[in-house]
Amino acid sequence: MTQEKLTMLQAINQTLDQVLETKEEVMLLGEDIGKNGGVFRATEGLFEKYGGDRVVDTPLAESGIIGSSIGLALNGKIPIVEIQFLAFIYPGFEQLVSHAARMRYRTRGQFSVPFVIRTPYGAGIRGPELHSESVESFFVQTPGLKVVAPSTPHDAKGLLISAIEDPDPVIFLEDTKLYRAFKEEVPQEMYRIPIGKANVVKEGEDLSIIAWGGMVREAMKAADKLEKSKGWKCEVIDLRSISPLDEETIIHSVKKTGRAMVVHEAHKTGGLGGEITAIINENALIYLKAPVKRVAGFDIPVPSFTLEDQYLPNALRIEQGINETITF
Amino acid sequence: MINSKEIESLHVESDELYQVLSIEGDSLINLPQNMDSHLMLEMYKKMVSCREFDEKAMKLQRQGRLGTYASFKGQEASQVGSSIALEFSDWMFPTYRDHAATHTHGQKWSTIFLYWMGHIDGSICPEGKKILPPSVPIATQLLHAVGTAWADKLKGEENVSIVYFGDGATSEGDFHEALNFSGVFQTPTVFFCQNNQFAISVPFEKQSASKTIKQRAHAYDMKGVRIDGNDIFAVYLTVKEAVDRARNGGGPTLIEAVTTRYGSHTTADDSKKYRNQEKIEKDWPTTQDPIPRLEKYLRKNHLLDKETEDEMKREIKKEIDEALSIAENYPKATTKQMFEHVYAVNTATIKKQEEEFLHLLGEER
Ligand SMILES: Cc1ncc(C[n+]2csc(CCOP(=O)(O)OP(=O)(O)O)c2C)c(N)n1
Repeated sequence: MTQEKLTMLQAINQTLDQVLETKEEVMLLGEDIGKNGGVFRATEGLFEKYGGDRVVDTPLAESGIIGSSIGLALNGKIPIVEIQFLAFIYPGFEQLVSHAARMRYRTRGQFSVPFVIRTPYGAGIRGPELHSESVESFFVQTPGLKVVAPSTPHDAKGLLISAIEDPDPVIFLEDTKLYRAFKEEVPQEMYRIPIGKANVVKEGEDLSIIAWGGMVREAMKAADKLEKSKGWKCEVIDLRSISPLDEETIIHSVKKTGRAMVVHEAHKTGGLGGEITAIINENALIYLKAPVKRVAGFDIPVPSFTLEDQYLPNALRIEQGINETITF
Repeated sequence: MINSKEIESLHVESDELYQVLSIEGDSLINLPQNMDSHLMLEMYKKMVSCREFDEKAMKLQRQGRLGTYASFKGQEASQVGSSIALEFSDWMFPTYRDHAATHTHGQKWSTIFLYWMGHIDGSICPEGKKILPPSVPIATQLLHAVGTAWADKLKGEENVSIVYFGDGATSEGDFHEALNFSGVFQTPTVFFCQNNQFAISVPFEKQSASKTIKQRAHAYDMKGVRIDGNDIFAVYLTVKEAVDRARNGGGPTLIEAVTTRYGSHTTADDSKKYRNQEKIEKDWPTTQDPIPRLEKYLRKNHLLDKETEDEMKREIKKEIDEALSIAENYPKATTKQMFEHVYAVNTATIKKQEEEFLHLLGEER
């Protein structure tokens, strides 16, 4: 098995290259994804290799991109759309929630929209206004959509392949701060990581920490630190998919540890932390030794970048959360 | 193929309505060969059938047997004339007011009844057909018709995608995005706008400062045509030409069919509140109703006699009564069905919610 050390961005690029190569129905669509290779270079080199009919520089219109991709998907294509930044998906929101998500349901399975919307999300790279949002809850609340957020290059590849092969629409969220953050071994061949299954990245007995995307690394850092300093063993769960949620893994872990904490970058109110807390309450309340803790983005607009580190859940807040929960 | 030269000379580059059949029922051009008596009678039969369905649906709604209903009365020529120009496997993207078009293209009256009765099976189309469910969010479906047409073009298939929408839809961003995409990628899409002059209560002159909808085509370097939407010959010939052009790689067309919404927006609306409904009801039968116009032509040309017509109407009435009976006797949707088809394989959460609810209701799984 050939492995190569890749960044998440390189892993995504390799995956797109391989699916274009092996599946003739696959098309990439987006703004500046052709010659320019995408603003983050996720599609670098693909236009040259596969041509303008398969790697399409679209007009600047998100509803247009998503809406026409619905038509393409209805008619046998597998569109993989790049939305330049998550906040720019809003013009296409209606197409996603009112059509893509509902097509299978309203036609009783007769028509469906198997496509993938890839989009960078999250704060932490000194982006301008509206380049740092994590509004995944909008999509998680929409039946018919799946939402995936990888935390490593290896997972990005396996999850992206699953998303492309999925018969339903998948929103694929790529945390910008992970794009070039680190490299890891990524197998050359095509492999799949199932959508809807979480990954226990670190086992432990004292507290279950639930996170996804870039927050998994932050949670790991805090967990490692407190393990060294205090001997607490945290279990860290990387959800990988935030819709559907792997309730089983969460409940199983909480029953074992008796404590839980959710870390997410999205605003606290209405964020997925509330949902996960409710799932724990409904299924494992009597196992809890402390209230479920949420460490999340504040209920303020993601601020300009000089303040973004304060907005993001950081080691300080995560460690405090662990502390409070374990010593409750 | 129709003699497109002749038609082109009549309606291109003019804001005037392209008309073929006069109100008196005379043809203003030499009709092309493909418009034979068989096709004309089919047009007539379909329009009468659609009118019958629509009037029946209005009655049923008042009796509480249908939910809120959107009538297409007055727009039969636009809808039948356009859809009759399609091939079996062409894609169709309708709105809530386009069931005369979907029926003509193959959707069953019984299914259309089911839709307005609020049954979940009301959007299923016959096997092999590509008739999508009515689009409720205005103008969104235009882009879908760009996408399906684009895929057909890339695959080298000869289908055309036709999309229906109203005058109000032309103010939405999706209308412009769709025309722009279609122009850039030269998709075989026919944009068929029924300008029935009102978007609920707002007349077109308040919708836009553009004099016509057709002129928007110019901005996207697309062929635009403005036609009398109550003239089924003009509609058919224009759409046939657009469909042939699209199929032959000539790209999209924007058609503005000017017509009249005879009634209120839906049964939940009262048009007296915002327009002179009395005047419309008085004038419309003699000046705008598309059905007598074709009938006059058929009679003048000895293509329709009383006997054929009576027989036709009997048949239609029977067909619609049967469709209603099928719909009213259709198995009720079950609670279990409510949970189906959210995903190809439903998530654990949905399965759990379904199980718990069915258990509570004490129903068999
Ligand atoms: C995005 C959106 N906004 C508002 C509505 C509410 N609405 C339903 S029909 C309608 C008017 C549409 O007018 P037009 O496009 O001219 O079509 P018509 O009903 O005349 O056939 C409105 C505003 C809607 N369905 N979708």
